[in-house]
Amino acid sequence: MDDSLSMVAHQFDDAAQQHDSSMLGMWVFLATEIMFFGGLFMGYTVYRTLHPAAFEAASRHLDVVLGACNTGVLLTSSLTMALAVRSAQLGERWRTVAFLIVTMLLGVGFLGIKGSEYYQKYVDHLVPGPAFSFPGSQSREIEMFFYLYFAMTGLHAIHMIAGIGVVAVMTILAGRGRFTAAYYTPLEVAGLYWHFVDIVWIFLFPLLYLVGHRT
Amino acid sequence: MTTHILPVKTYLMVFASLLVLLAATVAVNYLPLGQFNVAIALMIAVCKTFLVMLFFMHVRYSGRLIWIYVGIGFFWLGIMLALTLSDVLTRGG
Repeated sequence: MDDSLSMVAHQFDDAAQQHDSSMLGMWVFLATEIMFFGGLFMGYTVYRTLHPAAFEAASRHLDVVLGACNTGVLLTSSLTMALAVRSAQLGERWRTVAFLIVTMLLGVGFLGIKGSEYYQKYVDHLVPGPAFSFPGSQSREIEMFFYLYFAMTGLHAIHMIAGIGVVAVMTILAGRGRFTAAYYTPLEVAGLYWHFVDIVWIFLFPLLYLVGHRT
Repeated sequence: MTTHILPVKTYLMVFASLLVLLAATVAVNYLPLGQFNVAIALMIAVCKTFLVMLFFMHVRYSGRLIWIYVGIGFFWLGIMLALTLSDVLTRGG
């Protein structure tokens, strides 16, 4: 236990209290993140309530296959992240590094698919702004859907980029042997962030891609 | 520190459940259920969230204090949604 005791900062009684404080602090941060995304979800709910038909028409222009694939990619990355933390708990240094690298690659893959979707929207004149065009009388309401689509998935993508950066730092720390079976709190906290970003997407996918049924 | 090292099998089963729920939410989207489409989609999303939080985020094995803080975030979100919708949905003409 000497190793873990030397990691305890002087304001804590013991390693357990220090660990619990870190976890609680991260959950407080995640509560603020729920509210951060919550504003956009609120705006989405209001506009969907006001213009249900326009949201259905607009949602059909999103690629449900790519959206579902990306959900699968993120869920897989959450699995590898959880397994990375588990490996750290067991003190398996290089297995931790390997799982973290796979997690990052899946994150980059997600952004790649997202980027190709963004490009297709650009080609189809579905990016809100002067170039936006959509036939029919509801083009303004449909533009609002795409405004929300880009704001929500954009904010999520920024979180993904930040998450990949955090995981990169964790990979380096793990590779340098900074985590032991007794001390791996930074990795566990990073994992919480990664899973949170996954959860945001779990809601974005049905709300944006699955509005109204398809035939 | 109460370290719970879950077996790999648990993580894989949670992952498999998540993929089944993903397939279900896409499949339901092809059924004409009217207003129930969004209700079912959101219920599935909530189930997936519970799986990720309870097992991947270890909430199931965390203390009561963590549970309270997890709940608080969603509770405040609920307040915002409820109060805003009570306005938007009750505006006349």
